[in-house]
Parts: sequence; C-alpha cells; structure tokens
Amino acid sequence: MTDQNGPQYQRLLAGKVEVVNVGLEGFVKDLHDCGIGVVHVDWKPSAGGDPQMAALLAKLGV
Amino acid sequence: MAIQPSVKANLYKDSVSLMRISQIAIARSGVQRVTLLMGTRSNKEFLQQAGLMSPVLENAKPGDIMIVVQDDTSEKREAAEREIHSLIAGDEPKAGATESAMDAPPRSIAGGIAIAGHADLALISVPGPYAAAEALKALRRGLNVLLFSDNVTIEQEQAIKRVAAQKGLLVMGPDCGTAIINGVPLGFANVVRRGVIGLVGASGTGLQEVMCQIHRHGLGVSQAIGTGSHDVSSRVGGTTMLQGLALLAADEQTKVIAIVSKPPAPDVQQRVIEQASMIGKPVVLCFLGGEVVASTGNVHRASSLEETAKQAVSLAGAQQPGSDEKAVEELVSRVCRSLAPSQRYLRGLYSGGTFCSEAQIIWLEAGVRARSNAPLADADRLADPEDSYGHTAIDLGSDEFTVGRPHPMIDYGVRVDRLLKEANDPTVACVVLDVVLGYGSHANPAEILAPAIRQAKATAKAKGRELPVICFVCGTAEDPQSFETQKTMLAAAGAELVGSSTAAARSAQAIASRMAASQAVA
Repeated sequence: MTDQNGPQYQRLLAGKVEVVNVGLEGFVKDLHDCGIGVVHVDWKPSAGGDPQMAALLAKLGV
Repeated sequence: MAIQPSVKANLYKDSVSLMRISQIAIARSGVQRVTLLMGTRSNKEFLQQAGLMSPVLENAKPGDIMIVVQDDTSEKREAAEREIHSLIAGDEPKAGATESAMDAPPRSIAGGIAIAGHADLALISVPGPYAAAEALKALRRGLNVLLFSDNVTIEQEQAIKRVAAQKGLLVMGPDCGTAIINGVPLGFANVVRRGVIGLVGASGTGLQEVMCQIHRHGLGVSQAIGTGSHDVSSRVGGTTMLQGLALLAADEQTKVIAIVSKPPAPDVQQRVIEQASMIGKPVVLCFLGGEVVASTGNVHRASSLEETAKQAVSLAGAQQPGSDEKAVEELVSRVCRSLAPSQRYLRGLYSGGTFCSEAQIIWLEAGVRARSNAPLADADRLADPEDSYGHTAIDLGSDEFTVGRPHPMIDYGVRVDRLLKEANDPTVACVVLDVVLGYGSHANPAEILAPAIRQAKATAKAKGRELPVICFVCGTAEDPQSFETQKTMLAAAGAELVGSSTAAARSAQAIASRMAASQAVA
C-alpha cells in the first residue's frame, strides 16, 4: 500500500523496530540483549504437518 | 554401532534446540552419538542415507521428534534416551503450572502481534516447507518480513513478494541470513557501530564481512538490507534489492551505499545499475564474479568484499585503508618453505557461501581452478561433496550439509570432521577456514575449532608434513564472542590469521601458484 508518505516499508526506518519472532528461539535472546521489543511465537507445524495444507490455510488467512 | 530409535510425539523443536539437547545428552550419558530430528520427509531421507532409519520412525510426523541414540552398550543408550526425554520435558509447558493464560507464549503470528502492540517486522526461521505460509500470514497482518528460512521455492518467493508489493511492505529473503534495520541486528548479524554507509546484499556472509570491515576501518553502518540469494534472479526480478536501494536513497542517515551480490540476471543488473545511477549518493557495486566494468558517475565498481568496504569507507570521507600485501607475501613465503612438493592443493572449508564463491573467483583469476559443491561453472561441480578433489572449495552451509542440523556457523561438527579428513590427504597444501562471529553464531567457535586445528596439524605432522590452516575472523571487537579472544585462541592452535576473506583467498591462491611453479621447475 502506497500513501502520500510513500510505501509503508519506508516507515521501518522511521522509528524503533519491534519484532515478532517465529522459529529459532535463539534470536529472541539476541534481540532482548540489544534492548529490542520482541515477542516469540511458540510455533509448530499446522495442518498436522502437511506443508501444502498449511499453505492453503495461510491463503485463507487461518 | 547399535542404534536405539524412538519418537516423542506432538512436540516441535527447532534444529538449534535439538542440537543443544543432543549435546547435553551426550555429555551427561557418555553415549557415542545422538541424532534428534523432526519427522519431516527430508529428515527421514537423511536418516535413510545415514543408515539410521528404522520401522519405529517411519510413522513419525513433521510435528514429532525422531530420536536416534547410537552406542555399543545398551545401558548407555537407555541412559541417553532417558536423559533426552527428560531434557525435552524440561522445556515443555507444565500442566497446572502457575503461569496464567496471559503469560503463555502466543501460538500464532496474530497472537504475537496482539501481545507486541506495535510490531512492524516478523523474523521467520521455520523449516522451508512452512516458511511461505508464515510469511504470507505476517504480510497480511501488515508486518514487514525477514525470511531467514531457505528451501522456499521461486514460485513461493514470487507470490510472497507480490503480496508485499501490493501492501507496500518489505520482504528480506527467503534465505536472508542477515540484516540491520535501525540498529537492530536480525539473524546472523555483527555488532557494528551506526554510521553513514548503507548496505544492500543478496549475500548474507558477504554483507557481514563488508559491515565488519567498515567497522574495523572506523566507520559505521546505517542500515543493512538482506535480499535473499534468489532475489536477483530474472524470475524474482530484484524486487527487494530495488526496494532496498530506494530505502537507502531516502534514508537521511545514509550517505554512501554499497551493494554486494552474486551477478544478478542481466535484466535485473540493468535495472539495479539504472536505479543506482539516479541516486544522488555514491554507490559501490560489487557483483562478485561478474564482468568487471569501469566506474561511471556516482556508481563505483568493486571486485572483492575487501575492495567494497575500502571504497565505501573512502567515499564516506575516511582515509583509504592500507594494503596488506606485505603481510600476505610474508605468510605465503613462510608457508611454502614448510611444504613438501606433494602438497599442491587448496581446501577451503567455508560456512559462508559468499566466501566460498569469492575464493573460487580469486583462485580462478590466477588460473587455480577449484571443484566445489557450489561451483562457479557446473563443469566444476564435485562428484561427491563429501570428497575433495584437487583444489576444492566447499560451502558447508548448502543444503546437502544442513538437512536436519543447524547451520555450520552454529554447529561446527561437520566442519571439524572435514578438517580432520583433509589432514590425512598428503596432497593438501593448506586449508582455509572462515570463523563468523556475531549474533546467531556459535557462542565460542574457537573453543571447538582450536583443538580441531591442533589435531589436524598433529595428524599431518605424524606423517612428516606441515598443515597450514589459514583463518579469517568475520567479526568485530563488540561481537558477543570477543574478536580478540577468538583470534588469540586460533593463533595459539597454530592457525595463520589474516584480516579478511579476500586476503585469505589471495594467500591460498599464491601458495597454490607457487607450489605449482616449483613443481614445474623441478
């Protein structure tokens, strides 16, 4: 989405970055150590571990 | 060696957590080997190839942990298995724990966003087959994405970047190893001072090496935007690289821009050069292995990582750093004097793919043609990545070495085994190793590598040879592992330390050229 201030991603450089971490938990500690706001998601394969079904669910916004 | 297989159902752990658990279990039980893998198809294929598959594991699902314990004694195997189950259980949420539902970690990106409040970026490192789905979920909820995961198809990358473009969001990756956004290190990132040089790169370790050198030359980095290795292909079209350039062009803190990449597809290269030439800031372009083209206008060409950092520093107004040619010459002369005539071949054992490419490029420029599992030309592909042939440069971070185990910057096991194997080859003139520091990497690599280097050198010595091991440390004094301590430990083990990936490759090439020349004279 581009508004009069340019693409949304340009706001990434405008302020403090806050992160949602999905996957390797080690990254959370590194970010915490740097004083960065981070929330870790306790991820596990969805759709019983079927990647194609997981992709389909993602398309449906689940 | 007997194996004892079992399955822990319905529990997901990432490969780094599994590596940590297996290391503790080995240390506590004294068992010879432990393999812990999620029950994915590729992991089962890996177990099959390794001769570790058993009927017990066949029905394991991607959300189950496959446990394989190897030892000659059944008591030790059972002790290890108990230890593993106990360690796994220790990480599990306890039934009836005092934590309230509010304290429990979220199970989805949507839940993570709700807790974070103002999240603007998702750092995604789930296994490749699930990565695209998670990236799409993050984008649909308005988050920019750093997709660390690899093994994402080009079609998925195209779809992800299409959605990102529609929403005006940035996707760094897939296969994006590093980034620094507003001083926030993401993925494998070094601690560098903030400054005026902005980086965009399709090469993770290439970006790390350039940012470390900029820091060591006394300057700093404003932003480092990783694009992922496939971004510059014709099918993806350099979407992230062009977005990154636009970001750095608009970023007031960035005064000089440097781009590090393998050569993009011709149409992408054209677009990148066109966009770069319209930016009112100096841009250093390093397309490693690409055609060397003269600098024009604000666009300056560099042909190595070292040159990229030096040019960026110089364009930012600092004094051009000096040359290390004398030190390289001294090292090469000393090493060559110690070698037997049979020692002719180079062995580069890299954890960084870009370092592996840069070495092959530098070697080839001097006529030293290397085989590789990630070759410059397909004709130079190694028949078996496990076996070196002639001059060899190995990317130990590529898929064949990383199925079911952490990246070699985290898990040094594969590299140590390969180093010890090379030590037995009487034709090896020298080994080159990269040691990558920073967030995400091993907490103390020299603790693992130094004894292995000592052992490798002792193996060669016992057979009447020297084994020079050239190392460079990609890091800074501010990295959590301590740059100086790492260098001191490696030097004490007999490693030959040089200041950059480029210097390491040049030193090795000079050794090979000189040994070949002395053979020709003889």
